[in-house]
Amino acid sequence: MKENTVETNEKDIIIPDMLIGSSSPHIRTNESVNRIMLDVIIALVPAILGSIYLYRGAAVQTILLSVVAAVIAEVAMQKLFKKPVTIKDLSAVVTGILLAFNIPAGAPWYVPVFGSVFAIVVAKQLFGGLGQNFINPALAGRAALMASWPSAMTTFSQPVAFIAGASGASVDAATYATPLVKLGLEAPAADIISQLPSLKDMFLGNIGGTIGETSALLLLIGAAYLIYRGVIDWKVPVVYILSTAVVLVVLGVNPSLLMYHILSGGLILGACFMATDYVSIPVNSKGRVIFAIGAGLLTAIIRVKGGYPEGVSYSILLMNVLTPIIEKFTTPKVFGRVD
Amino acid sequence: MGQEKLTFKGGVNVPHYKSLTENKALEKAAEPAKVYIPLQQHIGAPCEAVVSVGDKVKMGQVIGKSDAFVSARVHSSVSGEVKEIKKMDVPGSLGVNCVVIESDGLNEVDDSMTVYSSLEDIKPEQILEAIDLAGITGLGGASFPTKVKLSPPKDKVIDYIILNGAECEPYLTADHRLMLENTSDVVFGIRAIMKALGVNRGVIAIEDNKMDAVEAIQAEASKYDNVEVKVLKAKYPQGDEKRIISAVTGREVPSGALPMEVGCVVNNIGTAKAIADAILRGKPLYERVITITGHAIGEPKNLVAKVGTPFKELIAQAGGFKSEPGKIVMGGPMMGLAQYSIEVPMVKGTSGILTFTKEEAEKKEVSACIKCGRCLTVCPVHLQPVYISACAIKNNFELAEKYNAIDCVECGACSFICPAGRPLTESIRLAKREILANKKK
Repeated sequence: MKENTVETNEKDIIIPDMLIGSSSPHIRTNESVNRIMLDVIIALVPAILGSIYLYRGAAVQTILLSVVAAVIAEVAMQKLFKKPVTIKDLSAVVTGILLAFNIPAGAPWYVPVFGSVFAIVVAKQLFGGLGQNFINPALAGRAALMASWPSAMTTFSQPVAFIAGASGASVDAATYATPLVKLGLEAPAADIISQLPSLKDMFLGNIGGTIGETSALLLLIGAAYLIYRGVIDWKVPVVYILSTAVVLVVLGVNPSLLMYHILSGGLILGACFMATDYVSIPVNSKGRVIFAIGAGLLTAIIRVKGGYPEGVSYSILLMNVLTPIIEKFTTPKVFGRVD
Repeated sequence: MGQEKLTFKGGVNVPHYKSLTENKALEKAAEPAKVYIPLQQHIGAPCEAVVSVGDKVKMGQVIGKSDAFVSARVHSSVSGEVKEIKKMDVPGSLGVNCVVIESDGLNEVDDSMTVYSSLEDIKPEQILEAIDLAGITGLGGASFPTKVKLSPPKDKVIDYIILNGAECEPYLTADHRLMLENTSDVVFGIRAIMKALGVNRGVIAIEDNKMDAVEAIQAEASKYDNVEVKVLKAKYPQGDEKRIISAVTGREVPSGALPMEVGCVVNNIGTAKAIADAILRGKPLYERVITITGHAIGEPKNLVAKVGTPFKELIAQAGGFKSEPGKIVMGGPMMGLAQYSIEVPMVKGTSGILTFTKEEAEKKEVSACIKCGRCLTVCPVHLQPVYISACAIKNNFELAEKYNAIDCVECGACSFICPAGRPLTESIRLAKREILANKKK
């Protein structure tokens, strides 16, 4: 027995002179904020490449200006406030790309630059930086641009190239307007459809519009990636789009026009990439669904009854503001409690 | 097995790391030359020493007991001589009275406990007596005296006995090995609990990452028509008492109440084995299975080790450290207690010794909360960890209480999943302490 005791082994073991004594848990996920932001950027790559193909240098210029301005604005604000510089978390890059997606390709240089600076400085850093902004910074930037340069923001260049299989030749540059403007016309559905690009062109992106709102297909590929990675909950975009469609029909929009509505005006961009921005939406999943329903409702109302042809960004911004109230009414029931 | 897999709402998939030891058969630990046995190893009143320095004791002899109802006896794990009774640091507390016994290497057995040959020979009250005399406590980690758990007030109707074979903590494989190697004892244990409480429905619930254990227990349990095996989806913290009740029975234990409120009593696999030992062999709880594991250990294993053996001896028997450890934890990585020394003795509640390398022990960098909501999704109690934690950090404990901080089971799922590496569980734990302290005022 004695020879089996561990006394002989004892000298082999290192007695550690310092051990970390933190409280549990002692393991953490490999996921990080940085990785989540990187995933969003990866998800936006198909649409970025698509926009560069469609609009060439004009898209490159707008996206680059927007991203660079966002990153510089973030560094400047953090230096000014003597806070640690956190551009490595990539959130400013995401804001920059999303803002660029809301701007027509080739808009004057000051449009993306001012938009990014406004988004980062006013909407994000003045409220305390990442995680503290109550509205989506990119959408706040877009709203500021719409108020400042409405014509630059709505002068859409026509794609210089077309994604294969398109019937893009039917687009007449001289009378060019976004499908949404035409969808707002008081005319029989068949007449409106005859003036619209084909659904296939709208799905692929062979239409005019802002950089990011043109190709539904490429945006959906990105969204599918985010759902696969668990970054976003599929319920938010799906409920948002369904809610918009249902309310449009209730408001009297001819159902044959519904697909045109869904594929135009940044609904897919907003539903997949803006209404899913964690920071400015409710934190619990029931609240997020209610957020999506509300955004859909507002989008439909603005499109049909409002003065703007496009309602996605203002709908999301309005719902951002309602987020604390939604959270208040959707607090999850605690296990074992009746109240 | 085409069985339906049971689960609960919430929870998180954690990496298991069980392959380090799940296929390692139980080994008997080397005899300790000296044991350091704490007089309090359980929730409840500490024991008073009933031996004095210089006394000769036998293995299994009572060395500490208390008159309080909520307490559990302490026994010597070796035969030999009491050398000292002194305050020592033990896992989880500082300055606990310990009986130091030098082993004579003979392991002379104290045979004062009655041995029963089968469950038919023993009456319900004798089962409770045996559990009391054997000093059995919950071996899952909380160390609540088992006899107290099995003595519900008369007005509580118990209709479900659940044996918790979830072992949802990563790394640990002690219960897994017991189910494979001491199958009949485990099933005997649940039947003894059922008989003690007069309950005719027993469920042994096991996570689906241990299908070999499911099969083994199934084969044994099928001999009895009142014991059933249920398969649980492997998800953390499935082994939490209220979560396993929810998965198995669909019942919701009210906030602040005990499982008996919904007619359930839950016990751990190791506890069932200890009950079998007490009844069939007259053997008190002075040794248990522990998993010695982690990436800093030379040769991870499952040892049957004696209470009072210093951690460092057990670590040495598992091949010592293969690299300098950064952290040593008693228990699993989700709820275990970090130790600042490996001189501490193992106790009844030591389910494992987990070693982390220096790199693994490094703290994850903390960044700003982005309100991703993952902490809400994983919380098994359906709390909002992000908000409770924010209150705690601002010392606003009143608001933390409104967010039901007190219901937190401190399972660690929120801190684990947080991509920003925020100390959610840690700060909620702080809030709970403050709230409880304020209530006492």
